[in-house]
Amino acid sequence: MSDAIRAQSLDERISDAMTPIADAVTSVVFFAVSIGGTELPLIVLWLVIAGAFFTLYLGFLNIRGFRHAIDLVRGQYSKPEDAGEVSHFQALATAVSGTVGLGNIAGVAVAISIGGPGATFWMILAGFLGMSTKLAECTLGVKYRNEHADGSVSGGPMYYLQRGVAAVTGSGGLGKTLAILFAIFCIGGALGGGNMFQANQATAQIQAVTGGADSPIADLNWLIGLVFAIAVGMVIIGGIRSIARVTEKLVPFMAVIYLTAGVIVIAFNLDAVPGAFADILRGAFNPEGVAGGAIGALIVGFQRAAFSNEAGIGSASIAHSAVRTQHPSTEGHVALLEPFIDTIVICTMTALIIVITGAYLDPDAAELGGVALTSDAFETVIPWFPNVLAVAVVLFAFSTMITWAYYGMKATGYLFNDSAKAELVFKFVFVTFTVIGASLSLGPVIGVSDSMIFLMAIPNVIGLYILARTLKRELTEYRAKVASGEFAKVGDRIGD
Amino acid sequence: MAAVILVGVDNSDASRRAVEFARDRAKEVGAGLVLVHVIPWSPYSFTTPEENETRHARREAELVAAREQVLEPARQLVGDHVPCATEARHGHPAELLSGLAREHDAVHVVVGRTGESRLRSMFFGSVPSQLIQIADVPVTVVP
Repeated sequence: MSDAIRAQSLDERISDAMTPIADAVTSVVFFAVSIGGTELPLIVLWLVIAGAFFTLYLGFLNIRGFRHAIDLVRGQYSKPEDAGEVSHFQALATAVSGTVGLGNIAGVAVAISIGGPGATFWMILAGFLGMSTKLAECTLGVKYRNEHADGSVSGGPMYYLQRGVAAVTGSGGLGKTLAILFAIFCIGGALGGGNMFQANQATAQIQAVTGGADSPIADLNWLIGLVFAIAVGMVIIGGIRSIARVTEKLVPFMAVIYLTAGVIVIAFNLDAVPGAFADILRGAFNPEGVAGGAIGALIVGFQRAAFSNEAGIGSASIAHSAVRTQHPSTEGHVALLEPFIDTIVICTMTALIIVITGAYLDPDAAELGGVALTSDAFETVIPWFPNVLAVAVVLFAFSTMITWAYYGMKATGYLFNDSAKAELVFKFVFVTFTVIGASLSLGPVIGVSDSMIFLMAIPNVIGLYILARTLKRELTEYRAKVASGEFAKVGDRIGD
Repeated sequence: MAAVILVGVDNSDASRRAVEFARDRAKEVGAGLVLVHVIPWSPYSFTTPEENETRHARREAELVAAREQVLEPARQLVGDHVPCATEARHGHPAELLSGLAREHDAVHVVVGRTGESRLRSMFFGSVPSQLIQIADVPVTVVP
């Protein structure tokens, strides 16, 4: 018992120490202006405008390029002699397993409990705009990537900010500054949203299914965090690939289970679906009982969507740059599918379930928050599903942590000239933050996670604007090659 | 152009016997040989970001290893009396062998028996058993 008391105080001590720091960071990043009585965080506006700008500037390429993106992922343009290289499918799957995670389960629940059903509408719209931003950043990520002598590649915003922006402005200063800022924020985002938030929500779900406050491990959040930290450490420090590989194989499997369960819940409530859509539409423009009305729903919807699909953040660009392709635009097209899968398909489904089961109407919704709300919604139809969801949450969290550890490591590598020592230090810091994240209560964790990840969008989006003309030229030339048949489908491929 | 016999090779004893069988057959009918080693690979597998980053370098290393450790010894086994080409590729072994047989207009495909465990072949099927289902030309499996 004395152990439990000591442990509890350890959890609380970590929580108490972090909360003021988290509050300070949050208030700076989410500096909000008041519009019609509603607080609008400028950073959310920043991402929405970027998405809207690239959607218009590229002439709705997020829709026009959709079919082509599917064909690329299906391998219809892959030459047989490229067999053995990273395929478009693999690049997409890697990036998606980094983004599909708790944002899709917990984030959606948070959005609806605060913003009402209408938040869903704005999430979908944000996902649609995000497709354009992803297209932009992943195309540029491949175009300006760095190929090392050993054949490995480093890419992502750091490189297009440094080289691409220098090529446009004619001097290196601005680009280099943006790139360094991005790398610093990326390390923060990796430790926050990519790590602490994940560890925190996975721990909460483990606590919930083992009995909540009566759970034998109720006071041992730090211990769960430690187990996570050891597992993550074995992969990123110990280089034990088998763990990562098992996770990477289980995550798509869990995603399919999650979607199937979602379809079952919807099927059981089929008569409620039209009403749910009506709620979503009505709530989007004229919500009842939502702080800030339609603007309030919009803000929370956009915010959660951005956190979930990471469009404009620049992270996925790092993952996509590893693909060897002749045309940077192919990766951009493939990447536009990510917000579609993540936000428009998976988040919408979660939202529908929460709305049709009425789980968000629970008076304790605000305290329950996150995963618990989604879990309750599923439980109404599939009583044993919270256990499956707990497994899914743990796996999603773990794979997101592995992916973000990689992003953070690449950012560290950029800042310290690919120094192996610096990367190792980062990895140790990363696993330490896993324990901290598991121990904190949700509020400060969400705050820090959000703010660090959103900070990445500032240098990244500035760079995207500066590179917009370069990007458009690249995409236009590419589309012309596709249209003329110079870049054509590979007919009757063999054996891959 | 002479007829072509395609041989799927790996490092096994059965594969060595398959090469010898194909060589003798090629001598008899005046055919040429194409020795193929397939490195199992699927574009639809799931990978980690680190794996993606080093994939290109690993692919090159796999191809070099295939040429030096599998294809070159097999070519020496064939000797100088039979015309012989070699090829190392990534892909689905049975589908790729069958596809390459088509590409080279091969009249015959020869492979060694892979000797996978009963359990494994029950779930996944062996390369020879898949090959005989999909090939367009006669397939000989050498034990």
